[in-house]
Amino acid sequence: MTAPVYNFAYLDEQTKRMIRRAILKAIAIPGYQVPFASREMPMPYGWGTGGVQVTAAILGPTDTLKVIDQGSDDTTNAISIRKFFAKTAGVSTTTSTADATVIQTRHRIPEAALSEGQVLVYQVPIPEPLRFLEPRETETRRMHALSEYGLMHVKLYEDIARFGHIATSYAYPVKVNGRYVMDPSPTPKFDNPKMDNCAALQLFGAGREKRIYAIPPYTTVVSLDFEDHPFARYRHEAPCALCGADDSYLDEIVTDDRGGRMFVCSDTDYCETRQASGHRGSERAAPHKKDHAHG
Amino acid sequence: MFAEHLSSQFDDKVLSAQSSFRAIMDATARPGRIHRIAPTAEAPAPMMRATAALAQALFDHDTPIWLDATMRGNGDAGRWLRFHTGAPLTSDAGQAEFALIGDVAALPALETFALGSSEYPDRSTALVVQIRSFNDGPAFELKGPGIDGSIVAQADAGLSDLFEQLAANARTFPRGIDVVLVADDAILAIPRSTRLRAMEG
Repeated sequence: MTAPVYNFAYLDEQTKRMIRRAILKAIAIPGYQVPFASREMPMPYGWGTGGVQVTAAILGPTDTLKVIDQGSDDTTNAISIRKFFAKTAGVSTTTSTADATVIQTRHRIPEAALSEGQVLVYQVPIPEPLRFLEPRETETRRMHALSEYGLMHVKLYEDIARFGHIATSYAYPVKVNGRYVMDPSPTPKFDNPKMDNCAALQLFGAGREKRIYAIPPYTTVVSLDFEDHPFARYRHEAPCALCGADDSYLDEIVTDDRGGRMFVCSDTDYCETRQASGHRGSERAAPHKKDHAHG
Repeated sequence: MFAEHLSSQFDDKVLSAQSSFRAIMDATARPGRIHRIAPTAEAPAPMMRATAALAQALFDHDTPIWLDATMRGNGDAGRWLRFHTGAPLTSDAGQAEFALIGDVAALPALETFALGSSEYPDRSTALVVQIRSFNDGPAFELKGPGIDGSIVAQADAGLSDLFEQLAANARTFPRGIDVVLVADDAILAIPRSTRLRAMEG
């Protein structure tokens, strides 16, 4: 038996060239969804095949990769993808946001500000922000061509008419560089302001829907809103129970069957870094271990 | 004669293509900044080293290539491209995925290249334009996505109206062409989203 041999970072070179050309077009036209010939990956659709293909196309041997799933470095999805690239590309991996050169993410943007040397790769399930309003691809494409985004404002207005406020809490639509309305992937709207004027390059890959799009560094990203109902971030009104942070996005954790619950940072690296530097919340935190969660 | 074309390619195709691509990606994401492509491949004149590396990183049988008269030259560059990348050469600039420009003074009007449509602005030609250097020549200011405020760059493109044409190109956004300027092993990208202004003096 011969052990299977993979090309560097799994994908074959012709596929990488095709994805690389799509990435360059995506950067040149911020927010526009570039079609690409998405490949079958050794994981199911919905597990981040789009993000994995983008990461495979850009990754080099000197990169340091971080993978997060809902802010966490130690969920099955994040560990599997980290191990996948450690095995097929031999890259070093990290859980530290500051140490990473490439960060693949599912549904969160790290709390720590990103820097110029970093690339953030998003896993995207449904790239078309207008898809639930207009199912026909021919029509949504025409709407993007004409910058005809009134329908999206009607959708947000219907939120206000029904709930009294814009109830859209994730995948909150943004306008990129004053031109294309874009789906930021199902990140909480808490993260939307981090996309604006970000120092890092942001790339988005949708495997099943076969689209790649991008936000170059230092690009204007505006969350859609109304003058009398301005965009507002949302976060649970509590400090993190482990590190006491009052500025991070929180997960709610049910602790018993009598209504007990606690709130902790969704970004595990942010929380652990704060705990390591002495910050404490109301609950006793597990002792911080240095190589915790390395995959 | 053909054997000399065989030898001049990347030492390690996979990793060199990756590092070349990352330089091109970083350049496109940060217009106006000079990036170097290394390790560089040797290429037949008049192709510069960065042009050859870009070709090996991005060209294949899916990408029709258009060469200007200088690049066509005695046919060496075309033969090298066909052998090392498998890319077909086209005489129709409007069908080209990439166009290699050896003599910027003889640059055709940008409308002769594919500008994409309003529905598919990505179906456009990317121009690889060889210039003399980034150290002298007229200065111009760039603004737009990828640039923190503004940045000033210099490019000696000889006697050409390249920058006037590129300023007009930005106004057709999202349609338009994307440009990578090349001088030896250095590259500087001007994607269609970048707004250009000539500096005084």
